[in-house]
Amino acid sequence: MRTPGRPASNGRKFEKVVTILERNGRRPARLIPILQAVQEEYRYLPQEVLTYVATALDVSPARVFGVATFYAHFAIQPKGKHLVRLCDGTACHVKDSLPILDAVRKRLGLEGKRQTTPDMLFTVETVACLGACGLAPVMVIDDQVHGQVTPETAVRLVEEVIAKEGQS
Amino acid sequence: METVTATLPALKTVTIDGIAVPIEGERNLLELIRKADIDLPTFCYHSDLSVYGACRLCIVDIAGRGIQGACSTPPEPGMTVRTQTDELRRIRQISIELLLANHDQQCPTCPKSTSCQLQDVARRLGVSQVRFKSVHSPRELDRSSPSLLRDPNKCILCGDCVRFCSEIQGIGAIDFAYRGHDVAVLPAFGHDLAAGECVNCGQCAAVCPTGALTPRPEVDEVWRALHDPKKTVVAQIAPAVRVALGEEFGLPAGTSASGQIVAALKRLGFSAVYDTAFSADLTVIEEANEFLRRKATGGRLPLFTSCCPAWVKFAEQHFPELLPNLSTCKSPQQMLGAVIKDTLPAARGIAPADVVVVSIMPCTAKKFEAKRPEFAKDGRAEVDHVLTTQELARMISEAGLRFSKLKPESYDMPLGFKTGAGVIFGNSGGVSEAVLRYAAEVITGTKVASPDFHAVRGEDGVRLATVTLGDTTLKLAVVHGLKNARALADKARSGECDLDLIEVMACPGGCIGGAGQPVSHDPEARRKRTRGLYDADKNLDLHSSQENPFVTECYAKHLGEIGGKRAHELLHTHYGNRRRIGDETIRLGEGPSEAKLNVRVCVGTNCFLKGSQAVLQGLLREVDENDLHDSVAISASFCFEKCERGPTVELDGKRIQRCQPEQAIAALREQLAAGKAPQP
Repeated sequence: MRTPGRPASNGRKFEKVVTILERNGRRPARLIPILQAVQEEYRYLPQEVLTYVATALDVSPARVFGVATFYAHFAIQPKGKHLVRLCDGTACHVKDSLPILDAVRKRLGLEGKRQTTPDMLFTVETVACLGACGLAPVMVIDDQVHGQVTPETAVRLVEEVIAKEGQS
Repeated sequence: METVTATLPALKTVTIDGIAVPIEGERNLLELIRKADIDLPTFCYHSDLSVYGACRLCIVDIAGRGIQGACSTPPEPGMTVRTQTDELRRIRQISIELLLANHDQQCPTCPKSTSCQLQDVARRLGVSQVRFKSVHSPRELDRSSPSLLRDPNKCILCGDCVRFCSEIQGIGAIDFAYRGHDVAVLPAFGHDLAAGECVNCGQCAAVCPTGALTPRPEVDEVWRALHDPKKTVVAQIAPAVRVALGEEFGLPAGTSASGQIVAALKRLGFSAVYDTAFSADLTVIEEANEFLRRKATGGRLPLFTSCCPAWVKFAEQHFPELLPNLSTCKSPQQMLGAVIKDTLPAARGIAPADVVVVSIMPCTAKKFEAKRPEFAKDGRAEVDHVLTTQELARMISEAGLRFSKLKPESYDMPLGFKTGAGVIFGNSGGVSEAVLRYAAEVITGTKVASPDFHAVRGEDGVRLATVTLGDTTLKLAVVHGLKNARALADKARSGECDLDLIEVMACPGGCIGGAGQPVSHDPEARRKRTRGLYDADKNLDLHSSQENPFVTECYAKHLGEIGGKRAHELLHTHYGNRRRIGDETIRLGEGPSEAKLNVRVCVGTNCFLKGSQAVLQGLLREVDENDLHDSVAISASFCFEKCERGPTVELDGKRIQRCQPEQAIAALREQLAAGKAPQP
């Protein structure tokens, strides 16, 4: 039997991809929902898995790559364990979201175009409107929404995650 | 007396710049405008492809509707359209100016210079300055393909290449990737063009309005060989070249200029000029015999032609089980190369290493074909360099030869003698017709009254013909465009096809529409070249390959029997499976796999369709249920190139073919029981 506590193995993830493809009837028209579901499993879209999806749907790999790179939602690079998304939609932007981004990135040592920390613990992204403008500026850490954040509270939230990681 | 009033149906018209133009089935306003002899500029409109509407150059002002793209507006009776207003002019100029801002403007050194549509339209529209600064950083050129050069810095994102590759060829080797400012036309995963499923047909380059995709030149290499006193450089000219090269020097499309081309090649320093139509005659004889033998003995049918290297690579990638249906005959280019390399050293008393064969082809895929390992003997290629029609024109210009003033010269014998059957190879349907001319004589035992088989001629992408010769009825299909070929090949694979012979050419109209041909602004050019080749056939004395006395002599002196051992060595080949995706692997185990029993399951297209997914799932379950994670490493691999006997599983380096889940699991258990697996 499978050893308990072992993280979802590569084999399991692949089984999941197979299920996702079957569930969508291997229909090329379902490419986007398929990619969304695959990204749930892998947290990004590995090239060889995209190739497998292309093969299964009988769509050219170049087309699958095109779709995967068109939408900001899809990542073709691995993401960190924790995903920090900062809203930079109009409402959040006017409520000074950018200094928050700068503070978080600085705390995590992210420079240039880098979005993921070298230890693969964090990925920091901006999104255009999370639809929670009343709480602006909004930051989401691993699906937990935080409203009216400031650079200080944002850094504190990130540090809480780091602390938890240190304990485990 | 009663008056009879007949009402004529009102003619449905659109008023274009004050002139009433009747609507006669035009699909969009642009077609109607062009019918009225107004050459509205476009980049992204191509009548064979879907409407894209991106370049915004064909905008017109429609009364009551405002400014619209002509390409994407269906004509309606009563419309009033203006193609020239001050506003339209300004919008078009700005569109060009914005395109130029991000365009690598190294025009004098660009291979597309003077035939570039961006250059042409900018000049026509009077764009005299570019006020915007480029925000693009230079991207690297893709030189990976033997057939094509990809320069992303010159791409204007019209998408013509993307649509041709997917809509006509059914491949999709390149597509748009990324978004907004970063958008680019790229092969899958941003890899090199040569790494993927590109078949080198080059039609992307043929439709590219700029220098973003161009045939990869070999002019320098050929000059070097010509300037090397040790080398004997000989040329072969494909049929389609003779009716197109003149276009580069102001002759109308379809003008046969064989004499001048031979003269030009001699002046450039070629020591002999041969005709690929000679080896097309050889191909006819070998291929017709192969065909008739298969037909008589119940061999694999339909027989697919194999002259087109783009189709061959396509078949290798997509139809591994149909490879036995491909004619084993080499293409005429390779046959002639093989015969030259086999006979010329002895005939001239020179070392084989000093013979250089250069072929002049209408085709970019021929460059790839010449470099295939199958076509080299003792490390020497049968054909050393391939020049496209465009490249030869450039060499003639570089040498300063006045093409139209050249005194026509004749091909060198014996390899320069051909019949009309060899010449029509350049047209879609030509190979079939040439084979029919031969088969008719063999089957009926008499010479045919007329050599013309109009049933296989025409322009449609798929043409079916039934030809009765004596007691034998032959069913043929002639296709151009690989998407059309795929549809027929799918049927052949599933056994729903009762055809005997299928001729496939990748390019529209066959080789005369090849991507190496001159860039033409004459929409009738293809048709004129086709006619030019049929006329050339008419003007020759002989029309059937079996009548070629030099071919007969070649068999007697060098090749022996038709289809015999020596003929096979020189004129035939075999093709193999080929992966269409880079060598990728999905690792399905944890941790390092070096010390484990490695099991790789092929999930390439063919094995996938044959059920390799179930094999993979079975193995994964076996590993899971018996907790073998520490001793077995399973991975999914993209193509071992053993497709025809898939699904393929590789267990500890050993291949199991036509592998079913139970068989794979049994093999895994056996291997583990034998204790061959290294202990964790």
